[in-house]
Amino acid sequence: MAEVTYLEALRDGLAEEMARDERVFILGEDVGAFGGAFKVTEGFQQRFGSERVIDTPIAETAIVGAAAGAAHMGLRPVCEMQFIDFLSCAYSILTNYVATARYRADLSTPMVIRGPAGGYVRGGPFHSQNPEAAYLHTPGLKIVAPATARDAKGLIKAAIRDEDPVLYFEHKYLYRRIKEDLPEGEEILTPIGQARSVRPGRDLSILTWSAMLWKSLEAAEQLEREDGLAVQVLDLRTLLPLDTAAIVAAVKQTNRILIVHEDTRTGGVAGEITARINDLAFEWLDAPVKRVCAHDVPLPYAPTLEDFVLPQTGDIVRACRWLAAY
Amino acid sequence: MTLPPPNGLSRAQLHELYYWMRLTRSLEEKLVNLYRQTKVIGGLFRSLGQEADSVGSAYALDRGKGDILSPLIRNLGSMLVQGATPLEVLRQYMAKAESPTHGRELNIHFNDLRRGFIGQISHLGDMVPVMAGITLSFRMRREARVGLVYVGDGAMSTGAFHEGMNFAAVQQLPLVVIAENNGYAYSTPMEKQTAVKFLVEKAAGYGVPGEQADGNDVLAVHDVTRRAVARARAGDGVTLIELLTYRRKGHAEHDNQSYVPKGELETWAANDPIERYQRQLVSSGWADADELAALDARITAELDAAVAACENEPLPEPASALTGVLADPPEAELEWYRRLHG
Repeated sequence: MAEVTYLEALRDGLAEEMARDERVFILGEDVGAFGGAFKVTEGFQQRFGSERVIDTPIAETAIVGAAAGAAHMGLRPVCEMQFIDFLSCAYSILTNYVATARYRADLSTPMVIRGPAGGYVRGGPFHSQNPEAAYLHTPGLKIVAPATARDAKGLIKAAIRDEDPVLYFEHKYLYRRIKEDLPEGEEILTPIGQARSVRPGRDLSILTWSAMLWKSLEAAEQLEREDGLAVQVLDLRTLLPLDTAAIVAAVKQTNRILIVHEDTRTGGVAGEITARINDLAFEWLDAPVKRVCAHDVPLPYAPTLEDFVLPQTGDIVRACRWLAAY
Repeated sequence: MTLPPPNGLSRAQLHELYYWMRLTRSLEEKLVNLYRQTKVIGGLFRSLGQEADSVGSAYALDRGKGDILSPLIRNLGSMLVQGATPLEVLRQYMAKAESPTHGRELNIHFNDLRRGFIGQISHLGDMVPVMAGITLSFRMRREARVGLVYVGDGAMSTGAFHEGMNFAAVQQLPLVVIAENNGYAYSTPMEKQTAVKFLVEKAAGYGVPGEQADGNDVLAVHDVTRRAVARARAGDGVTLIELLTYRRKGHAEHDNQSYVPKGELETWAANDPIERYQRQLVSSGWADADELAALDARITAELDAAVAACENEPLPEPASALTGVLADPPEAELEWYRRLHG
């Protein structure tokens, strides 16, 4: 066993796939000699060569479009967005070209787009976004968002092996704060499309992912201590396609559901999850489905403002108490 | 008098160039008939007067080596050269179940990487970065293959064109970029699209060689393209080629071209690329009237057979719309639909 951070686990997963499969290559801004803005690909260019670790111009549409072309030809590109906020620069080619390729043209496009998402780091409006909802609405894409070091590794490896385009949203707050003992020499693969029950509980369920998993676990522990509530916490891990079966099972087990996400409220993923619960398991509910999300504003910079806008453990605790009492 | 055939082409190849241009025009004329009978489901896009630029440039690629091109809406001829068939094109326009995209996409938006063509999407410029990626794969695998992508005076205004062109140039990829200057993007004339007089001037901004040729002279188009293809195959990177031509029909069949100044259409009709080439073939001793008439008759027979083969084919089954979004679609996603529809 070796203790690795979330970032190291992601880096190891990338390196393992590049060593395993020579079709895998990386392209992005400053990923080569510099090793990436957060050093995810540090040392990669020395190890794998500049043909497989390509420094690109500041041109997200070119990065995503070129990756698609290479993927059609049987390569396995991994695009780095320096911050996931900048994926919006490639929104058109991603949603119109890449995501539709299999459906309209029977073109395989096995590619990964990864990059740092999320707030709590005083990054301001353009280095803190959680843009998953903007892409959730696009048939043809997959979206994963790991919360643990094990899944950071397991999901990047699964994403690279997937036959379809996968968006991999890594949380920059977790990069160096989360550490985990991972076995050496054992292949870690996290299946795309499968949620994981992180904490059992019979009284209510929190459905969440990425950095919000850790705040949800904190809240669950506080509720157990102070209120005697047994709160189940489900890490969805994949947002597209959603693990509908696991969501429905949670409704049937605890009959009370709280969805926690860091992205803003309106049009967020919680709305889609709620609609699915209504479609498939409404009669099992003992309370309305509730959500804790960021307020509907661009994410501000000042600590006092950012902390107010983003979900905090106390918000989750309050929402759970409301649900339990309903 | 017989002149030696130009561009390293044989007499038979000179006839092929004629065949592809004539086939392009006759196929589009067939489609006009079907459009008027309301059998074409969507819009109909003509390349009347631009057949030489599509055919001459595509003919400069080497299909045997696995070269790939990406057409725009007025490059039907380039797809035919690469092996797309009139039957496929007819089925596409009529949205037939047996069409290459099974009724999912329109007109010439279809592809076959093995034959060497990848259909565009409607977002102009997007195919430039995609072709940059395709040619990047050629280089990474040490394959002596070349890519060719068509853009127009309109597409060159997009950000995707710029990003893809810049990336391909920086990476010195084996890509030939054909800039078709046909005067109009829908109703917008060239002078409202860009402040440069000629599109080839933009080559300097990307640090790549630029060439310009008469797009209505199929042999000039072939010659300028084959030189760019040779450079690309030799590892010398991107070339931007501007082909000067003219769009003699509207953006699509519904467009009455009310924005076109008087006399312009007549001027360009007198510069028809197929008639020019026909005259050149005969006066240079490369073909006689009987040989050309035989090619025309072959095209008529081929197109009649293709229309008869697919005119009455069915449209796709409605529920076939649900498959093929992902390689491994999650079963649960269809559960709600099935519940409602039994």
